[in-house]
Amino acid sequence: MNHPRQAGQYVADQERAHWHDNVIWFMREKRDQAVKVIPEWEELRELGSQIKGHTLSRLDDYLERFESQAKRLGVQIHWALDAEEHNQIVAGILQAAGARKVVKSKSMLTEECHLNQFLQERNIQVTDTDLGERIVQLRQEAPSHIITPAIHIKHEEVAELFHEHFGTDLSASDPDQLVAVARDALRRTFIEADAAITGVNFAVAETGGFVVCTNEGNVDMGTGLPRLHIACMGIEKVIPRIKDLGVFLRLLARSATGQPITVYTSHFHGPAAGGELHLVIVDNGRSELLQKPKFNKSLNCIRCGACMNTCPVYRRSGGHSYGYTIPGPIGSVLGPSRNMKEFSSLPYASSLCGSCTAVCPVKIDLHHQLLEWRKEIVSAGVLPWTKRFAMKVASLVLRNTWLYCTSGRIFRMMLRRLPRVLVYHRLNLWGRQRDFPRIPDTSFREWYAQRNHEQQK
Amino acid sequence: MNSKNKILASIRKQPVREISLPDSTGFGIRYEDPLGQFENMLEQVGGVALRVADQTQIAKTLESIEVYRSAKWVLSGVPGVQRDNSDAAPVDDPYALEQLDVAVLAGEFMVAENGAIWVSGEHVKHRVVYVIAEHLILVVDAQQIVHNLHEAYDRLSFEQVQYGLFISGPSKTADIAATLVTGAQGARSLHVLLVGPPPATPER
Repeated sequence: MNHPRQAGQYVADQERAHWHDNVIWFMREKRDQAVKVIPEWEELRELGSQIKGHTLSRLDDYLERFESQAKRLGVQIHWALDAEEHNQIVAGILQAAGARKVVKSKSMLTEECHLNQFLQERNIQVTDTDLGERIVQLRQEAPSHIITPAIHIKHEEVAELFHEHFGTDLSASDPDQLVAVARDALRRTFIEADAAITGVNFAVAETGGFVVCTNEGNVDMGTGLPRLHIACMGIEKVIPRIKDLGVFLRLLARSATGQPITVYTSHFHGPAAGGELHLVIVDNGRSELLQKPKFNKSLNCIRCGACMNTCPVYRRSGGHSYGYTIPGPIGSVLGPSRNMKEFSSLPYASSLCGSCTAVCPVKIDLHHQLLEWRKEIVSAGVLPWTKRFAMKVASLVLRNTWLYCTSGRIFRMMLRRLPRVLVYHRLNLWGRQRDFPRIPDTSFREWYAQRNHEQQK
Repeated sequence: MNSKNKILASIRKQPVREISLPDSTGFGIRYEDPLGQFENMLEQVGGVALRVADQTQIAKTLESIEVYRSAKWVLSGVPGVQRDNSDAAPVDDPYALEQLDVAVLAGEFMVAENGAIWVSGEHVKHRVVYVIAEHLILVVDAQQIVHNLHEAYDRLSFEQVQYGLFISGPSKTADIAATLVTGAQGARSLHVLLVGPPPATPER
């Protein structure tokens, strides 16, 4: 996995990169408008951060409390150490019920576990029902954003996709028309489904219930018809009290899309009459992350996507360039905690401008964590040799005044005189997409010394 | 050791942290005219609010709604709302609801802050009715309103098995090119009837 290489491929299509940048920035602007009308916004963020911090500090207690309360309501609880066990459990429940067709909604966790492929190999047909997720599923791609999974795809391309799969007219490429096509197709799928799989936004220890948020209504359509509902959650989704939902739901949608709340905020406390409700609680590396004091605050994340929408790197390089289930700043701190070597380029996919930290509704210190990960990556020696070598040279030059001044003088002279081909070559990564600024005649030190000299005269 | 115990043991290996659980009681924005705020927010999220003087006017207001007038099949969960073409007998099979044009259902209370209405599965035979109907009309007592979501959760209790949700506007998506389109998988439109006199202005 190499972020600069994949981002390079993405920005090669300049027009698309600019379009993506604008579309994503639009969401950031809507977030700002929605936040502005809440005078207590900063206090709300602080509340969210404290509740999450507290919950994680005694996560074992809250998970056990949640389990016993949920069982009391008739929910069947399963625990999964990793993705493999999660997939086995879900497949087992579906097979026991004889379910062949499954509708799935809102779950980055099942993406993380690659559940779809696992079930399809066992002859269970899974249909993602969130429109964006359905589009990327039909294109056999991964989501490029956690809130709007198909944000990298233009509507003309969706029209082509629907033409291919549903036989619709290619000219029907207005988003309105396309949504109507998807609605009809998905209605059939909902009617035919034997079971529903959903994610979980918040699980409440106090009551044993959980909440799922959608704008489309696909969670309620999916779970409202078949008798079997399986919900999958990471261990960090639990919150202590029902009243804490007031805090997190106020933060979530405003941060995500600038909505005051999602259209549907569905509360499940126990199974439907005559139905079956299973809940799979998944660790998959989270408890290990909890043990790392520098990084465990990343488990505060409520998956709003605000850090992506604001990130100058994400907006220009697209979600797929990160090569991890979750892209953007939060993905860049979660990825290395999963596999530092594989995702060693992600903490560098940032200018460390701190915008992500400023918008995060639960106050994750994202840009500090990105810097911390760089330190870890350097000390573990997994940085590519080109970067290591460049850093060594820079450190040597910056530590020695004479060397610093002399090399500056040489570079200024060379950059003015050398032909272009000798400056902008293969090794000059920085200069690949941009030119150096005009080279000044003197350095700041030279100018300053001269000025002092003249004033003394 | 089973997976549950392994996970809990691993969680317990984290360094000890003392972070207290904050209290959000009494927290949150309040409005001078909560009902007016609710109407504004509902409009912003694509819904339509209609004030109704009293119970006797509900039928008349419903007739003013185009999707209600032209509906072939209306299902009503609101006492007194009955139409020639509405089916009085409860529907046994939730799948039959796929043909449903309009559902007229009771909402418990409104949240001024975000234009949401709390609806509960207790009042309906099939949970899916809130999203499977082509168009949704909610009838709420205009007095039943809270300022913000914190107050909303003070009102709610979840002692028993139940399903309930906040609905704020019609089903929508911005998944295609970030263009907002209403009528994704759930109801294509949402009308909210606010019945009776508005709540008295709170003492300042």
